[in-house]
Formats: sequence, structure tokens, C-alpha cells
Amino acid sequence: MSFLLDPWPWYVSGPLFALVMLSLIVFGKNFGMSSNLRTLCAVGGAGKWASFFRFDFKAQKWNLVVVLGAVLGGFIGSHFLQNQSSVGISPETIVALEGYGFENPGSQILPNELFSVAALSNPIAIALLLVGGFLVGFGTRYAGGCTSGHAISGLSNLQLPSLVAVIGFFVGGLLMTHLILPYILPLIF
Amino acid sequence: MKYLKFLAVGVFFGILLIKSEAVSWFRIFEMFRFESFHMFGIIGSAVALGAIGIAAIKKWKVKDLSGTPIQIPSKAPNYKSALIGGSIFGLGWALAGACPGPMYVLVGTGAVSMLLVIAAALAGTFVYGLLRDKLPH
Repeated sequence: MSFLLDPWPWYVSGPLFALVMLSLIVFGKNFGMSSNLRTLCAVGGAGKWASFFRFDFKAQKWNLVVVLGAVLGGFIGSHFLQNQSSVGISPETIVALEGYGFENPGSQILPNELFSVAALSNPIAIALLLVGGFLVGFGTRYAGGCTSGHAISGLSNLQLPSLVAVIGFFVGGLLMTHLILPYILPLIF
Repeated sequence: MKYLKFLAVGVFFGILLIKSEAVSWFRIFEMFRFESFHMFGIIGSAVALGAIGIAAIKKWKVKDLSGTPIQIPSKAPNYKSALIGGSIFGLGWALAGACPGPMYVLVGTGAVSMLLVIAAALAGTFVYGLLRDKLPH
């Protein structure tokens, strides 16, 4: 039981992510989470504005059911399958975050300074969440996939465009973490 | 009832994202600073096993549950959009700390702020849809 409640190491988690992808393939579908954002836009009537959203979104219902399951899984995993709420990040990462002013980095899944309800009264924190979300939504659709569609499914299927996309993920991620966050993270304090 | 298996996959995926800590903003920050092998190990081992699985599906012409031979669609050879769009996503991933799976899982943990991230991601997808014909692919 303690194995279930402890965090799962990478060599358990990684193969299980492959299992999620392979299950969906055997169910006649594919593993791609960012498509749901397009589907939700289409469901909300975005087809009135752009032809990109005029497609048979009812055929994507299965993927919205995966999303619903993921929300439930998040609830079950965080409330019943954890014996601690902390995240096992490295000591160097903790020191770096403390240097920015974060309190007890890694003691919870998300940093309170950005994601807590109290942080919703901080306009800079809200702006960072909105800009981050916007870039994720715009970038994944422009790239044609995200971590699930390109990094896991695409690389597993030896797709060269997916390798280019994953290189892009790291170009953007490294730029943000090393060149942009050092200027904007201090603004939330 | 035919959707029950997708609900089950989603629940398992959500639990897995929690238990692997891949939903954590801290893990993404740490990954981009190369301060732990954790995220690289997850993605690397997922791809290694996934590649073996997909090769096996192709070699033995495995059929899906409905009996149709499995055809895995190739990704469109749009290298410009893969690189530019991928980089834009990377900027957002490192800032918000969540990609399009974890953002829903985090709502399930009770992180209401994630609803803002999801709303903004929907806006980003919508704006991409508006500009699509004007962007290089």
C-alpha cells in the first residue's frame, strides 16, 4: 500500500504514460490532450469566427470524456492516494526558488505565490497565469500537439515533425526559465 | 457505456500525473534547469516503451477494439509551425508550469486558479484559429 501512496519514480511513471497512449490506440483513438482546447472552442461556437473550428466536434466527445476522467483522477490522486503533499524537487531547485522569495518551495504541488486563492488578489500573478495559459493554447495548436501528442505519441511513432516540435518546447522553456523568469518572478513579491 | 473506457483512461491518466509529480509547476521549473533526471526519465521511458509498442502494433498488424486494423496517422510535415509553435508552447509551459493535460488534473486537485489558465489557453487556441491562414506553417 505504501508503494501506492508514495510518489511513483520515473521508471514506473514513464512506462505507465506509454500504457495510456497504447490503450487509446487500441481503443481506435490517439493520445493528444491539446486537441480538446480546439474541440471546446468549437463546442462554444468558435466556428462562427474561423473555419478552423468548423469540424465534426461530436466525433471528439471521447477525448472530452478523457478530460473529465483526468479531473476526477486529479481529485482521487490528490485526496486519497497521497501520503504527503510535497514534491521531491532537488535541493538546488529549492535554493534557486528561495532566492526568488518563494516560501517552502516544493512543500505543495503548486507554488502558493502564483496559484493560491490569495494570489488571485495579486494582479501580476493573474497576468502570469493568463499569459502562460494563452501561450500554451496558441503554441500547442500552432505546433499541432503538446507533450502528449508530440513528445510521447509523435516521438514513439518516430515522427520528425514531433522531434522538431519537442526541440521547440525546449527552446521556449529554456528561454522562459533562464532569461525571462529571472525578471518577472520577482514582480509577484 | 462505450465512453466508460475513456473515462477510465482519463482517471488513470489523472492519477498518474499526480503520482509522477509531472503536474507540479516545481517539476517543470526543475526540468528546464536540468536539476533532476525525473522528468527526462519519465518522458524518455514513456517514449522508449511507446516506440516498442507502436512497432509491435505495426509489425503484427494489430486491430483495434472494433476490429479495424490500427493506422497511426503521421504528423503533417510542417516544420516551421512545429518549431515556432513548439517554442511558443515552451514559453507558456515554463511560465504556467502546466501543459494541456495537467491543467485539468490540477482543477481536480482543487486549484481553482487553473480555471484562469484553461480560459486563457482556450483564448490562445481561438486566436490561433483566427490567424491560422496568415501564419507560416
